[in-house]
Amino acid sequence: MKRRDPLLVVDGLRVTFDTPRGPVAAVRDVSFVLGREKLGIVGESGSGKSQTGRALLGLLARNGRAAARRLTFDGVDLLRAGEAERRALRGRRIAMILQDPKFSLNPVMTVGEQIVEAFRVHANVSRREARLRALAMLEAVHIREPGHVFDAWPHELSGGMGQRVMIAIMMVPEPDLLIADEPTSALDVTVRLQVLALLDDMLARRGAALIFISHDLGLVGSFCDRVLVMYAGRVVETLRADELQSARHPYTRGLLACQPRVDGDGSDLPTLNRDPAWLR
Amino acid sequence: MPEGRTGSQLDRNRNSLLVLAPRRIAGTALSLVLTFAGLTAVTFAIARVMPADPVLAIVGDRAHQDVYDAVYRELGLDQPIFVQYLRYLGQLFEGDLGVSIMTAQPVLHDLLRFFPATLELATVATLLGVLVGVPLGVLAAVRQGRWLDHLIRTVGLFGYSVPVFWLGMLALFVLYAKLGWVAGPGRIDIFFDGMVEPVTGLILVDSALAREWEIFRNALGHLVLPAGILGIHSLAYLARMTRHFMLEQLGQEYILAARVKGVPERTVIWRHAFRNVLVQLITIVGLTYASLLEGSVLTETVFAWPGIGQYITSSLFNNDMNAVLGGTIVVGVCFVGINMGSDLLYRLVDPRAR
Repeated sequence: MKRRDPLLVVDGLRVTFDTPRGPVAAVRDVSFVLGREKLGIVGESGSGKSQTGRALLGLLARNGRAAARRLTFDGVDLLRAGEAERRALRGRRIAMILQDPKFSLNPVMTVGEQIVEAFRVHANVSRREARLRALAMLEAVHIREPGHVFDAWPHELSGGMGQRVMIAIMMVPEPDLLIADEPTSALDVTVRLQVLALLDDMLARRGAALIFISHDLGLVGSFCDRVLVMYAGRVVETLRADELQSARHPYTRGLLACQPRVDGDGSDLPTLNRDPAWLR
Repeated sequence: MPEGRTGSQLDRNRNSLLVLAPRRIAGTALSLVLTFAGLTAVTFAIARVMPADPVLAIVGDRAHQDVYDAVYRELGLDQPIFVQYLRYLGQLFEGDLGVSIMTAQPVLHDLLRFFPATLELATVATLLGVLVGVPLGVLAAVRQGRWLDHLIRTVGLFGYSVPVFWLGMLALFVLYAKLGWVAGPGRIDIFFDGMVEPVTGLILVDSALAREWEIFRNALGHLVLPAGILGIHSLAYLARMTRHFMLEQLGQEYILAARVKGVPERTVIWRHAFRNVLVQLITIVGLTYASLLEGSVLTETVFAWPGIGQYITSSLFNNDMNAVLGGTIVVGVCFVGINMGSDLLYRLVDPRAR
């Protein structure tokens, strides 16, 4: 296989939020390199995993700032890129799937309108053609009767269907990198696997890379190639997914230890003890 | 297959919506009837409870007992109260609101003269509020925390809290008396009064229909100040509310999703966020408009504007109950009408409410 440059290089990423009580660092010195692979980022709430994803898209909240030693996507320096350049990357080359389709689909626009928009933002497509391609896209995410769903409103969809629609919207411009921020946390367990399988299939077919953000270590371990464990805004450990069980960092080991098992002995799960030394 | 099932579920939802439509119309009609029954019952009860004797008001306090009794029977006051109410309803439906003591004219005739003045004022003021206040609110939200936001908020606070009558008098003094830029109190110069055929009662519309542009300009000159001042008040309020709604929507996940798609910021604001803001604004604008239609007594007094607020107030001071109740019914009908209108619009804009 031909060796190619890494798709994404993140070196020393910091995300800081200005608050009335002074600046708060959400991401501190995070570095990783991503090829055409599936990278999982795990961590608890507030560990900075979501903000890492949003910083890559340049979509931090108004009071947030991102800085890094180096931040390049396919050779483009994201730190120097202007708003227009970043917007051209957004959607077209980097896309993101959010947690809950109940909130991430616009409630007053039909499903069809929202998919068609994704086509028309980046390419000069006629309405008719965009509609045809949107219908094909709905079919590609395994939605039966795409015509019906095309005209449906978001509130008429189930959670699983909503997330399929969201995947369809984000995969429309065939991005090279998809960031999935807890894409299955709001879904039923049975639907969860279907959506993951679909995601896997879509990525494989297009050869796109994935950053999978989750708090579920087991899920990330089985779905991704590599796992980044974040704690308090830092990467505490990077592992290959199949080496997860031999993790060395006490935080990762602690997380693994408090996962319930069906074949466990039924005793109480251990409580995770945090060592202040991890913050240093 | 789960997809197949959910597809047909959508079908069922659609069908049940269609089935529900006539039921919904019937429900709206029923609530309309009940609202009017309530409104008329209240106005009727007010007339009965007021200590003023309607017979005395007609015959005077020196009339003979026979005359008094005759009028008492003529008014149907000897009948049971329920029969009186039905009679009152019958009269209402014939458009008979009684005769005003103050003007010695049928109340309906008076209302047809006074209400259009208020309608004209309230409509122009509301249009001003919506066309200026809403964009300002959006702008303030988009520029949150910057100087433009602070400016809009400060001006809004001023417009909302300064007393309308004070601003009115100040504006009259400066713009009319000192500078002569606008016309003075009243709806139109005495010279032009009654020169256009009242078709709608709205002088602007009537003079435009008659192509009397000089009269149109004169009426506009009179309308500018009172409508402007009421307009400032409602635009300040609408800008404030719009800013609040907009900020709320801009913080939603679907906005982030639209930005992720690469949608240009202008489209994010107007197409994605504003459509959702519109849903909330409809109710607010409807209420603002309705409360202006009630007649703003202070503004109408300062500008000698012959509107319904002045009519009801002076009728009240003159113990002219027919006029007061007639005016109350008109105001009530306006409220109900506007509420129904905004309900309908709401359903049009928000698919979840259908």
